[in-house]
Amino acid sequence: MEILRYDILILGSGLAGLRAALQASIVSNGKLRIAVISKVQAMRSHSVAAEGGISGVLYPKEYNDSFSLHAYDTVKGSDFLADQDAVEILARLAPEEIRFFDHLGTPWSRLPDGRIAQRPFGGMSVPRTAYAADKTGFFMMSTLYSNLQRFDNVEIFHEHIATSILLENGVFRGFTVLDLESGEMNLFLGKAGIIATGGGARVYSFTTVSQASTGDGIAIAYRAGIPVKDMEFVQFHPTALIPSGTLITEAARGEGGYLINRLGERFMKRYAPQKMELAPRDIISRAMITEIIEGRGLRDEESGLDYLYLDLRHLGERVFRDKLPMIREITRKLINLDPLSEPIPVLPAAHYTMGGIHVDTYGQVMLDDKTPIPNLWAAGEVAAVSIHGANRLGSNALSECVVWGRITGSLAADYALKAPDTMLNISQIVTNKAREEESRVFDRLIHREVGGENPYLIKRELQRMMDDMVGIFRDGSILGEAWSKLKRLKERMSQARLEYVGKTYNNNLRDILEINNMISVAETIIVGAITRRESRGAHYRLDYPSRDDTNYLKHTIVYYRVGEEPIVTYTPVRITLWKPEERRY
Amino acid sequence: MVGEVKVRVKRFESGKGFYYREYRVKAGKYTTVLDALINIIEEQDSTLAVRYSCRMGICGSCAMVINGVPRLACETTIRSLKTDTITVEPMYNFPVVRDLVARVNELLFNNHRRVKPYLIRRDLGEQFKAEAEYKQTPLELAEYLAYSYCIMCGLCISACPIVYEKPNFIGPQALAQALRWTIDSRDEGGDERLKIVDSLDGVWACEYIGACSKVCPKGVDPAGAIQRLKIMLTINTAKSLLKLK
Repeated sequence: MEILRYDILILGSGLAGLRAALQASIVSNGKLRIAVISKVQAMRSHSVAAEGGISGVLYPKEYNDSFSLHAYDTVKGSDFLADQDAVEILARLAPEEIRFFDHLGTPWSRLPDGRIAQRPFGGMSVPRTAYAADKTGFFMMSTLYSNLQRFDNVEIFHEHIATSILLENGVFRGFTVLDLESGEMNLFLGKAGIIATGGGARVYSFTTVSQASTGDGIAIAYRAGIPVKDMEFVQFHPTALIPSGTLITEAARGEGGYLINRLGERFMKRYAPQKMELAPRDIISRAMITEIIEGRGLRDEESGLDYLYLDLRHLGERVFRDKLPMIREITRKLINLDPLSEPIPVLPAAHYTMGGIHVDTYGQVMLDDKTPIPNLWAAGEVAAVSIHGANRLGSNALSECVVWGRITGSLAADYALKAPDTMLNISQIVTNKAREEESRVFDRLIHREVGGENPYLIKRELQRMMDDMVGIFRDGSILGEAWSKLKRLKERMSQARLEYVGKTYNNNLRDILEINNMISVAETIIVGAITRRESRGAHYRLDYPSRDDTNYLKHTIVYYRVGEEPIVTYTPVRITLWKPEERRY
Repeated sequence: MVGEVKVRVKRFESGKGFYYREYRVKAGKYTTVLDALINIIEEQDSTLAVRYSCRMGICGSCAMVINGVPRLACETTIRSLKTDTITVEPMYNFPVVRDLVARVNELLFNNHRRVKPYLIRRDLGEQFKAEAEYKQTPLELAEYLAYSYCIMCGLCISACPIVYEKPNFIGPQALAQALRWTIDSRDEGGDERLKIVDSLDGVWACEYIGACSKVCPKGVDPAGAIQRLKIMLTINTAKSLLKLK
């Protein structure tokens, strides 16, 4: 096992991870040695799939907007579970970040006078979503990745998957990392670390997210004893394409698209008469499932999926050309449909993990409510700061990624600049943990006898179970069944078969590591869903259909226990200005 | 339903060399080549190595050669190939790691880095401070926008006969990006970047065959970009000659 030493280790290469790497480089004048460790090739992280835009108050006068209105919209969207001090930071720093990305070279869509254009988005009171056509995440990622090429101090490790986080006496020491190409396990030691591995919506079968979004960072943190927060809140995006689940951006509705049922009705009039198609995602996704349950949906015979229509025919060719080119490209290439002449068949799909690693307002990872890990941060979808509470507003994800990428990049750099080089000395504890991990991955996986079960079939069962039993509408007794079923899947997974035993690019081994991570992620979602006996934001319990501020205006915190049931505790929501009120749209 | 199709995969393992394996996969109306390959890994043969992620044509992972044409597996439906035998090979011109996984670090990532693919400004401090946005009109945006669609999949390099002949050629991806950043109205580093591509391994290696532009899945036109770079360089040379007189 080779030992590699860096000032800062950044796990994950999406918007948050790369933004952190850039910030730490700028802050330290290119002095700090930074490793970006990415499971994929760095420019291919799932942030590239973000389409609609990034929120931020750029022109308050023109749009009658303010930081406080952006913060209020976000808090209301979160069903009052967001931490309001953190939301205020988001609102304040997001505009600076949008301008920073302009200086990096992002091709923002523009107003005729050369300023940055903004569009309406769900749950936002005024147009405050900046965009680069409908490939905003892709364009921000490609400019960010390209700008990192300025710096020689940043080393990118493509296709390296971390298998564990090493902690020693409450201090972060590093990661054990499998190099996919060589098949070797290496030990990365760092003075400071940032986890930015994204969300885990792949635990569901019908999902908008990439194959790589398996929640690895959440899972390895959880198994290292770091608690996770609010994992029961999973966002379902209303408009995913049938049958693949590919995302059709909310910007399609921001630009004026309609949702219609089998009868041709704009059914949102029954659920959100004011905001209609621009209500928050939790409300629209529930409305869509209700329409389908009540018989006003349609069915795709081949896939067996029910659907409704997203009707964009009236938007006209120019809107598609200038603002929604990717949507037209996707529907034409994948289902041979031109949205100018036909409505698009869509169904809500798992999209975003509101919960994540328990961090404080500045992204510092917490070991428990009172104890921060002094040199470890988390940023982006993997972390629960919590900006999004029980439901994220569209276009707040990209702003969170870059704002907390920048904050954690700065903090980690400050720490690493002051930290002594002795922090990179290896200790007996770290050596032992790394050796244990090496034998977990290689001995137990590679030297397995033949005849075990196909891990991919276990994965599919897990995903189908999450769709059917832990979806948009939940129920206590069904969640209980899901919990027992998950335990059986976990047991079966420990006997799963590894078919490819070579070293070079063993994606079979990577997949098994991922499926184990998915089981951990599912565990935290189900535990949170069982214990939260109320309905709030994206978490809807048929047996507890209303919000219960008396008992549940608090964050769920779940701790892993080896071989035992997880421990559930709670931590209060930080409320600064906005008292909980009924959400109407 | 399209029905059952035959998928022939060109495989590679160091020590074993290249060999073909055949699989049969059931395909529906919308099944893509990537869906078929994932199905093979999950249900028939988990030893097959494939690189993929977003499955929506934007991450650039699943570039490969399908029925002789370099393309993205995730946005190629089986139906669109109009045949029941599909042959899948790793990208041409790149070394193969295993099976369909190509090693692109040198020819793609390193060459891209060489052209300084970012806005070069005289005042870096001002650039990183970003107090107000630079103005850019929709017309100025349209000037370079099409070149910024590059997802770094490597297909243009895979299709380029010059890369095959001259491995030192910086390649169509990097050159298209050299143009993209140079014609951005916010950039002030054109001369610096043009100097990098003004060589026999740079723009002058290109013979304008145009294979790169034909296979680009995102409509970037590297061949056109290279011609524009050549013209810019020629004009610069002419200008400096006139000044000398």
